[in-house]
Amino acid sequence: MTDVLLRAARVTRRFGAFTAVDDVSMQVQPGEVVGLLGANGAGKTTLIRMLLGLIAVTSGRVELLGGPPDRERRRRLGYVPQGLGLYGDLTVRENLSFSARAYGTAEPALPPALARHAGVLVRELPLGAQRQVAFLAALAHSPDVLVLDEPTSGVDVLARAALWDTIRAQAERGTGVLVTTHYMQEAQQCDRLLLMADGRLVAQGSEADIVGSTRAVAVRTGDWARAFAALNAAGVPVMLAGRAIRVANADPAELAVVLQAAGIQASLEPVPATIEERMLVLARGEKVS
Amino acid sequence: MTYAVRSATVRFGPALALDDVTVEVPGGSVVAVVGGDGAGKSTLLRALVGEVPLDGGTTEAPPKQRIGYLPASSGSWAALTVTQNIDFVARIYGLADDELTARRAELLDRASLTAAADRPAAQLSGGMRRKLGFVMAIVHRPALLILDEPTTGIDPVSRIDLWRLASEAAASGAAVLMSTTYLDEAERAAHLVVLDSGRVLVQGAYDQVRAGFAGVVTQTDQAVRAEWAWRRGRVLHEYWPGSDPPAGTTTVAADLEDIVVALSLARYHAVPS
Repeated sequence: MTDVLLRAARVTRRFGAFTAVDDVSMQVQPGEVVGLLGANGAGKTTLIRMLLGLIAVTSGRVELLGGPPDRERRRRLGYVPQGLGLYGDLTVRENLSFSARAYGTAEPALPPALARHAGVLVRELPLGAQRQVAFLAALAHSPDVLVLDEPTSGVDVLARAALWDTIRAQAERGTGVLVTTHYMQEAQQCDRLLLMADGRLVAQGSEADIVGSTRAVAVRTGDWARAFAALNAAGVPVMLAGRAIRVANADPAELAVVLQAAGIQASLEPVPATIEERMLVLARGEKVS
Repeated sequence: MTYAVRSATVRFGPALALDDVTVEVPGGSVVAVVGGDGAGKSTLLRALVGEVPLDGGTTEAPPKQRIGYLPASSGSWAALTVTQNIDFVARIYGLADDELTARRAELLDRASLTAAADRPAAQLSGGMRRKLGFVMAIVHRPALLILDEPTTGIDPVSRIDLWRLASEAAASGAAVLMSTTYLDEAERAAHLVVLDSGRVLVQGAYDQVRAGFAGVVTQTDQAVRAEWAWRRGRVLHEYWPGSDPPAGTTTVAADLEDIVVALSLARYHAVPS
């Protein structure tokens, strides 16, 4: 057993002139749940595909379970892609038999919630149940590494809590888990976060580390609609939060000028930014003061 | 102007898709309907648009030409360019010539799609395609704007863009009703509606929902009653609906995630299976 389950060391991947992943180093250790965040095109999927050995690196090194991600090591990997990787034209039972045989392991027992669907074609199941099947298929061979792409998108809160219970149970028995998510409350379920932008790893650590020094301004006013319109017209990244307005990475004094010019009375309060606002600032290519 | 469904009931065969649901959507605000797959979100939206007949209850909606609707599917034509998609819908609503040109330019700019104007919809990213669908839904300045999961599966930056576009529509007076699977998005709406198996679990402004939440949520490593506990990161949260939690437990301020899980559990345990 090695102490690092997944490792990227100064990994770069180019597609022609385009650099999809740019000098990224990261690792996942046993028992930890690591969240991988980033906008579309940030390089998350390319990084994962390299870690899994599905595409080659241009430079740098990836390791799965202490060595190159070859077929033998991939046997100890569980992977749930965003598209779930199930066969819609096979039943639940047939899908599980297929993946169990591919991994040379015993077919998993169906939990009560799925038992009644055993003979149902996967494409006829609700999305939440399909996700449970994909998890069962990925976990049947007790993998040492689990890679999950948007694991709970579209699932109701109870089913989501159940899936996170499963993920945590895996981590507690020593599995290292890498999760990509667009869902900020899901990011908060992780032990550690990695944030990618434009192919680079731009921040890592806790939620506070990811947000870093990025701030936002909360604008409170009796006339949110006019304030929103005025700030929006001024080209600042406005966001509505209930009846308040938030502006990421803005100078309160500059906002005050815009609002004053429009004849709007408002209170302006600097507040810590959210992870999403940090990503917005990165996407707009702004500098954080 | 306030639009609404009142005491709406919809049956699909033996299944009850909506069960006595009342939701109001006032002009100038964003109402978010949240719930999982199969909760009844799309049915509620389609009922208000008039695409699903009610088995009981009433709807109050403007005439069809004053409604904008972004369906959960793509909402655009893959083989047409961004411009062609917008023009096609705009002409149906009678926009033409200079008025159409000006409106199209304005919307492309607001949705940051100007650079992609001549690209076929098939070649857009998921987030850009949703923004195109949004633009097509508001091209005729609808009084009621219905958005079915505009942000599911798209990246956070495009989500913020779409949220800004929806806020903009509300700021200019439209009544906006959107469904989402993201609770953090619902927290941002003026009014949120949590649907579960066709019924309203809770609704109101986020602050009202929090204030109205009865019972206590505790944080623990080991649940006292496993059937009332759920996972939050490395710890568990546990719901105490009526009785006080045992001495020595740590109480947490319940957020929307906690509230929705707790109420779902309360409902689940109250129904004999």
